[in-house]
Amino acid sequence: MNRPTSSLPRLREMLRGRTRQYGMAIALVAIIILFQILTGGLLLTPLNVTNLIMQNSYILILAIGMMLVIITGHIDLSVGSVVAFTGAMAAIMLNSWGLPTVVVVPAALLLGALIGAWQGFWIAYVGVPAFIVTLAGMLVFRGATLAVLGGESIAPLPQSLRVIASGFLPGRSDGPHLPTLLLGLAGAAVIVWIQWRSRARSRARELPVAPVAVTATGSVLVVAAIMAFTYVVAEHNGLPLVGVLLIALIVGYAFVMRSTTMGRRVYAVGGSERAAALSGIRTKQTTFWVFVNMGVLSALAGLVFTGRLNAATPGAGTMFELDAIAAAFIGGASAAGGVGSVVGAVIGALVMGVLNNGMSLIGLGVDWQQLIKGLVLLLAVAFDIYNKRRVGGSAPIMPALRSRRRPPRDP
Amino acid sequence: MSTAHTIPDAPGPLLRMSDIRKEFPGVRALDGVSLEVSPGSVHALMGENGAGKSTLMKVLSGVHPAGSYTGSVEIDGEPRAFSDVVAAERAGIAIIHQELALIPQLSISENVLLGHEVTRFGVIDWGATHARARELLLRVGLDENPALPVSALSIGAQQLVEIAKALAKRVRLLVLDEPTSALNEAESDRLLELLSDLREQGVACVLISHKLGEVMRVSDEVTILRDGRTVETLTVERDTEGRPSVDEDRVIRGMVGRDLDQRYPPGEATVGPVRFEVRDWTVDHPTQAGRRIVDGADLDIGAGEVVGLAGLMGAGRTEFAMNLFGRSYGRYVRGSLLRDGEELRMGDVADAIAAGVAYVPEDRKSLGLVLDDDIRHNTTMSALGRISRRGVIDPGLETVEAQRMSERMRVRSRGVDQTVRTLSGGNQQKVVLGKWMFTRPELLILDEPTRGIDVGAKYEIYLIVRRLAAEGACVLLISSELPELLGMCDRVYAMCEGRITGEVPGADADQETLMRLMTRTGETK
Repeated sequence: MNRPTSSLPRLREMLRGRTRQYGMAIALVAIIILFQILTGGLLLTPLNVTNLIMQNSYILILAIGMMLVIITGHIDLSVGSVVAFTGAMAAIMLNSWGLPTVVVVPAALLLGALIGAWQGFWIAYVGVPAFIVTLAGMLVFRGATLAVLGGESIAPLPQSLRVIASGFLPGRSDGPHLPTLLLGLAGAAVIVWIQWRSRARSRARELPVAPVAVTATGSVLVVAAIMAFTYVVAEHNGLPLVGVLLIALIVGYAFVMRSTTMGRRVYAVGGSERAAALSGIRTKQTTFWVFVNMGVLSALAGLVFTGRLNAATPGAGTMFELDAIAAAFIGGASAAGGVGSVVGAVIGALVMGVLNNGMSLIGLGVDWQQLIKGLVLLLAVAFDIYNKRRVGGSAPIMPALRSRRRPPRDP
Repeated sequence: MSTAHTIPDAPGPLLRMSDIRKEFPGVRALDGVSLEVSPGSVHALMGENGAGKSTLMKVLSGVHPAGSYTGSVEIDGEPRAFSDVVAAERAGIAIIHQELALIPQLSISENVLLGHEVTRFGVIDWGATHARARELLLRVGLDENPALPVSALSIGAQQLVEIAKALAKRVRLLVLDEPTSALNEAESDRLLELLSDLREQGVACVLISHKLGEVMRVSDEVTILRDGRTVETLTVERDTEGRPSVDEDRVIRGMVGRDLDQRYPPGEATVGPVRFEVRDWTVDHPTQAGRRIVDGADLDIGAGEVVGLAGLMGAGRTEFAMNLFGRSYGRYVRGSLLRDGEELRMGDVADAIAAGVAYVPEDRKSLGLVLDDDIRHNTTMSALGRISRRGVIDPGLETVEAQRMSERMRVRSRGVDQTVRTLSGGNQQKVVLGKWMFTRPELLILDEPTRGIDVGAKYEIYLIVRRLAAEGACVLLISSELPELLGMCDRVYAMCEGRITGEVPGADADQETLMRLMTRTGETK
């Protein structure tokens, strides 16, 4: 048995699978610093940071769901249309039917779940490729949106819905927003506690652990980052409600995907559906529920977007699917499935969000914004593939190349 | 096709590789390997998995380009440095991998002449292309319509198409990596004969194979590698009756660096009372309605017993096992599985696992493992309940359990966080075994557990099976290698055309008896 003699190769092995995520986290920091300089400090003002969260909230929500779909080895092109349709139905329920928001929100989420179940049924049980099913869904639900809205917008909407997208934590006073700071402190404390507890547990099992200095540095960085963020946000109006929602979603989904058997099954199905099936995993069920989940998150994004816009419009959510897919791939997903993480999706969405926001601040037009975002997506994935080939050896890639490359003709 | 015959009368070898060294991060794969292949000979390259055979062939064929290794490659005495696969092909070197590189939807002609189509003014002349393909197919002894899609051919025929494709590129040195691992006996024979024919036509072959018998049958020379070094090169001569001058034990000794007294570990079977009984198991084809693939199979296995299931390709062994294992293949018609006389519910795979049944599939790469995941996650995949509480996984416990299983199965790795794709075939198989052992099975079905695995790893797998049986588990061993069944099993059932055609106690079994039962077609039991 070849036991590693030094811890250095072990550390490298542990980092190996995550180069993309760390790479993108570093890239995100670099992009933030770059635009902070280019905008003369405008990017990280309390007002702009708050705006960044609110502007990108629905893409972040979609990116989390999309990451799960892509890990399962599928794709969902319909999310933009589902956002529009659920938003429109919510507006109709509120304004035309006069239902209260406490009823409309769960009803809209249920509608999203039904849409997800509809698509999941065709994909998981009938075996129609997700690309086709959701392409159809993209057309179907855009058409349905136009039909129910009669081609017109519904506005304005009740304050109770708008508050979801544009409200803040209560407790506004002069000076920094105290509840936000306290929340940040509590969050930082919990994360540090988890870090040290998991280290202690590993030690108790005689598993290799990082040196104390490394874990301590990690803790310091976490506390510094969280407190810097909460302080900036507290300087403005405090944490937006949608920010609370996002944090809950990110923490919840990251936990499910990393630490539960449910998450493990999703990875297994994406990694090799047949191997997963022969391991006792109900692969069709897993795929089905991943799409139901995507439907629910699309509806949630629809509610947030409609509330933020204070209107349900026929063109809402156009191209959202592409932003969400791009965020997942920038954040480390693999088109083949089985790879990716929720935190990666969040980083990917933030990279896109900061690029959008920063470029707008320095006055670059939409034309340039699109062009640059496209190139960032391409380079991020190319970097990942290059990296994998370098560390993983060339073996799996070669047979494919062999058949494609044409040898020169004989004279 | 005359170019292949114009072998230069060079006195030296066609290929000389000397002192090849190649390192991967953390591993020295080749540590001074030398290999000489004479023109028009069959040269076998033997060694355990991980000995460096595949790496050496990748150096030769330009997959590992010049500069990424040290040492020299000479062809006809001239030093060559291939920058890629195309450069090596131009020099007349072609590799046929275990995984065939054919495009299933295209016709035989299109595959054989991919990139060499007969064209007139840039437009493909289909008549001439088919004619040329036909000529190449005849050279490999495949009498098929070249317009047929490749997907319509058996694996054996596809292999021949691959060789025809290599011939179209005017190959002088053909490397075959485990060419017979997916073939049945008749197809293997045909392929081996073809190698002899090619030798007559002046094409040299390097044959990588774990099947000692076939290697000794066709090769003129055998080079043995061990731990990235050349151990020795033996010349094989045959007497008038075709018996080789080098015996198999000699080669095994070279490969493992020690004497293997026995190829199968001794078993002191203490077979207990019958534990599992299969009654009247009947299965239909998954898509062709009414086509019976398993017909009323009955068998029983005692506690601590290793029971073999022999049969030719298409006998229905894998189909039977997979349907038994939670109906994961085919359409269940009727039949029951009893444990200690009680019928078990077998609605799906999860039921089967819960009932203590485990199935180690034949195709470990696509059915047994998630190749891009690590050893740890693969090990625990079928029994997540053992490492979680209320659906939450305990990562430390998972690592500890995976390490323990990995050690028990003697997986050679850098640690449980190594990706299984980067393991050798034998070690991958041990991970699959570990994965199923982790479910604590009472009935373990092994489907071709040693296919494509080297002698040393095979022995370790046999040891694991023996130990399992000694602990009281029931083992059903499906194998195409009769010696393996005879060496390992307490009892062997034979299967033919979906029916169990006989049952032979291990002590009375011999290859002839089994073969007779395996080919007993059309009779009622």
